Amino acid sequence: MEIPYTATLRPDTGVYNAKLGTWLFLASEVMLFGAMFSSYILLRVGATEWPHGADILSVPIGTFNTLVLIASSVTMVMSWASLKMKDFRKFKIFMGLTILLALVFLVVKSFEYNDKFSHHLFPATSTYLAIYFTLTGLHALHIVGGVIVNSYFWGIGSKMWNTDPERFTNRVEVAGLYWHFVDLVWIFLFPVLYLL
Amino acid sequence: MTLNRAATPEHGSHDALHEHELGFWRKYIFSTDHKIIGIQYGFTSLFFLFFGFTLMMLMRWQLAYPGEPIPGLYFIIPVAAVGGVIAILTGIKRSFLSLAGVVFIGLAAVVWFLVTGEERMPEGIMLPEFYNQLGAMHGTIMVFLGIVPLAVGAFGNYVVPLQIGAPDMAFPKLNMASYWVYFVGGLVMLISFFVPGGAANSGWTSYPPLADIATTGQTLWLLGMVFIITSSLLGSINFITTIIQLRAKGLSFMRLPFFVWAQFVTAFLLLLGFPPLEAAAVMQFMDRLVGTSFFLPSGLVVSGVPLEVSGGGSPLLWQHLFWFLAHPEVYVLILPALGIIAEVIANNTRKPLWGYKSMVYSVIFIGFMSFIVWAHHMFLTGMGTVISAFFQTTTMIISIPSVVILTALFVSLWGASIRFNTPMLFALAFLPMFGIGGLTGLPLGLAPTDIPLHDTYYVIGHFHYIVAPGTIFALFAGIYYWFPKVTGRRLNETLGKIHFWGSFVAMNFIFMPMLIQGLAGVSRRLWDGGAQFAHAQEVLYLNEVMSIAAWVLAIFQLPFVFNFFRSIRSGKKVSENTWEATTLEWTAAPTPPPHGNFPVVPEVHRGPYEYSVPGQEKDYTPQNQLVEA
Amino acid sequence: MKSETAEDIKKHVRVYVAVFVALAALTLITVGASTLQVSTGVHIAIALVIAAVKGSLVASYFMHLISERKVIFGVLIFTVIFFAGLLFFPVSDLSFRGSTENVP
Repeated sequence: MEIPYTATLRPDTGVYNAKLGTWLFLASEVMLFGAMFSSYILLRVGATEWPHGADILSVPIGTFNTLVLIASSVTMVMSWASLKMKDFRKFKIFMGLTILLALVFLVVKSFEYNDKFSHHLFPATSTYLAIYFTLTGLHALHIVGGVIVNSYFWGIGSKMWNTDPERFTNRVEVAGLYWHFVDLVWIFLFPVLYLL
Repeated sequence: MTLNRAATPEHGSHDALHEHELGFWRKYIFSTDHKIIGIQYGFTSLFFLFFGFTLMMLMRWQLAYPGEPIPGLYFIIPVAAVGGVIAILTGIKRSFLSLAGVVFIGLAAVVWFLVTGEERMPEGIMLPEFYNQLGAMHGTIMVFLGIVPLAVGAFGNYVVPLQIGAPDMAFPKLNMASYWVYFVGGLVMLISFFVPGGAANSGWTSYPPLADIATTGQTLWLLGMVFIITSSLLGSINFITTIIQLRAKGLSFMRLPFFVWAQFVTAFLLLLGFPPLEAAAVMQFMDRLVGTSFFLPSGLVVSGVPLEVSGGGSPLLWQHLFWFLAHPEVYVLILPALGIIAEVIANNTRKPLWGYKSMVYSVIFIGFMSFIVWAHHMFLTGMGTVISAFFQTTTMIISIPSVVILTALFVSLWGASIRFNTPMLFALAFLPMFGIGGLTGLPLGLAPTDIPLHDTYYVIGHFHYIVAPGTIFALFAGIYYWFPKVTGRRLNETLGKIHFWGSFVAMNFIFMPMLIQGLAGVSRRLWDGGAQFAHAQEVLYLNEVMSIAAWVLAIFQLPFVFNFFRSIRSGKKVSENTWEATTLEWTAAPTPPPHGNFPVVPEVHRGPYEYSVPGQEKDYTPQNQLVEA
Repeated sequence: MKSETAEDIKKHVRVYVAVFVALAALTLITVGASTLQVSTGVHIAIALVIAAVKGSLVASYFMHLISERKVIFGVLIFTVIFFAGLLFFPVSDLSFRGSTENVP
């Protein structure tokens, strides 16, 4: 028994199932991070005092991490483009780079967290720190999830390229959608937490 | 079995050979077939409904006879008896259905544990702390582990792919994952009763600051909710993709059975409504485990001791995030029910639904509006007049499409040849009951009238009218209606009618007095039912009335349980299209449907309710019947 | 997206690189803008506008939204509306409650 439109496009909608499914998932993620941003706004507006992000967090490090994540988005879309151009070797390289850059981001983040902890700045210390740790923590968890998925496609999952290249390309495409979304969230997180 | 495909073969997984060799575990426990998953959801959710009902019956003893020792055996023995009967009926050792019997006996053991605990009911007398656990968990279990999994997980999963002519859901493995994640969430909720301090006791609404400082059970509640929410999200992605992508040829959106439309809108409510509650749950986790102050205001003092937190948080933040979901959630509770009622009414009136298009536009409009009414649950929090006016307006507006749908269903009865079988009895009763529930909501939606009614028994009466003789009746209608499709046998009509009449009368004796008590000012969530308040004295006698009615309601569920399990093995066998229906699950799939559903992929040529079409031979014309040249 | 040839993809690659350069530049601009001596409100506006532009670039080109089908937009439009409501109403509620002395 085969499910239709797993790889081919349904004529009237023009999409394959996983693409629609992934966008729906991203819609729910928009609401998830939206709730967090809403909480940030509400807590900040209601606060008697609120620190400047730059006073507590390191802007240079945040900027570096932002560029790292943007670069990983480029390498991710390039890995998909390589598959579309039937270049499996290039796919491996770009996907590998994506995973590497993600790990760099996480390592940098962990240094940032450690720095806060060693200065006795914990989530419990203030609502600013609470929302900072929760927002970036949730985001970091999403990066970890992305690393796991991407590693699977780089590793054992890539066997599908030999049996069903079109379906594999689509899977990498939707993994890319998720990854770009994670980047997109950070594009808003960075100025909100670090610069304002 | 051969699977001829009318459509051109697709690229995709080529495991057609493998699926015929699936072992027991892959076929029944970790199945990816939407029908098996639907049945799994069905059994699990019915168990949770029964458990949540049992919790309420314990509460009702306390409300009727506050401070009196509970005759625990009167509760335990019936539950165990049901278990024994089921085990016997399904043949001990001969069928895994007898597992259900074992589960009920286990339930009896849990009840015994609960009523004999020193920290819960010393000498059989219910402590207020335990009453609060029962209240919070009754609500949580009924809503999140009972109704929604039954309405969406069971009925949605089983029926939607069949009604749209699809071989399965778009993502079968994700579907399986959804069920098991729900199962784990349910386990976590059950386990919470056994931890020190017991289960969550801050209401199903878990308002901080109370929930922030509550006992361990609340943390488990949060964990359970994260699992349940994840299950819902995965499921809703599946439903929306399936309905958009896997409709059979010729099945345009305006030819969809209303049941599918209802599930479609419901899936969007779950998809976009749940994440904010998930975010809030994460934040409450942080408050409880890491010491943050998302929801804790500055200067909070607990039992005379200032709380050592940073403060600066907002309890209102929780309320906004919670109700952002919880309002669409109530539409999640009713829309699938409306879908079922529409199917049953169309089928048993032998005429098309009146106003199908209006119903479709209305259900879409309800879905949209449901996201912008939520603060009507917060009118009494000190809200400013402008915001209050906005939410009152949207709340009034949302009542309009609801009335349109109810009216269309009523008008569908005009001039009909009504067949008064059991599903139709439940469907007919649904209409006025949902009417009462909906109308009683109007004063709650207007701030001035909400002032005396908020947080009273009036609210409880209002929403129970909608969910109990409303949604649950619709779910019963659905069970009686689709049972033959799933099993190839009918439920016994006489037992069904006893089940119906007893439930109908009993429910009204439970929930009508609540409206009266609420109007008298009796607050909700009082462990003694208002006994210590002067304004409640005149209506206190109703507590005993309601409790007796609740126990009578329980007794009238026994014929249903007996009927259900007996008919699976030895109910009257039926034809492929028991009810002479028009929709694809009846007309194009065998009874019961095999893996892959359709031996020949159906093509749709007409609308979903072509009953009594002039010039046709039969009084029903299947959706996939060819149009004569 | 309709099926594309290898040639089409090569053109896309040029776009990806251009978008990357734009994103990097905007990142540096937003950091620079945060050092300006303006009121908080203006800071917020600048930061959000730049973030929105960056976000649109990622969504339109990396996520291919610019050439995506109606069905995807249908889902997203409702998401955006409810997202806006979620951001707007809670804080509005708290802001319009009269005295802010005892805001919980």
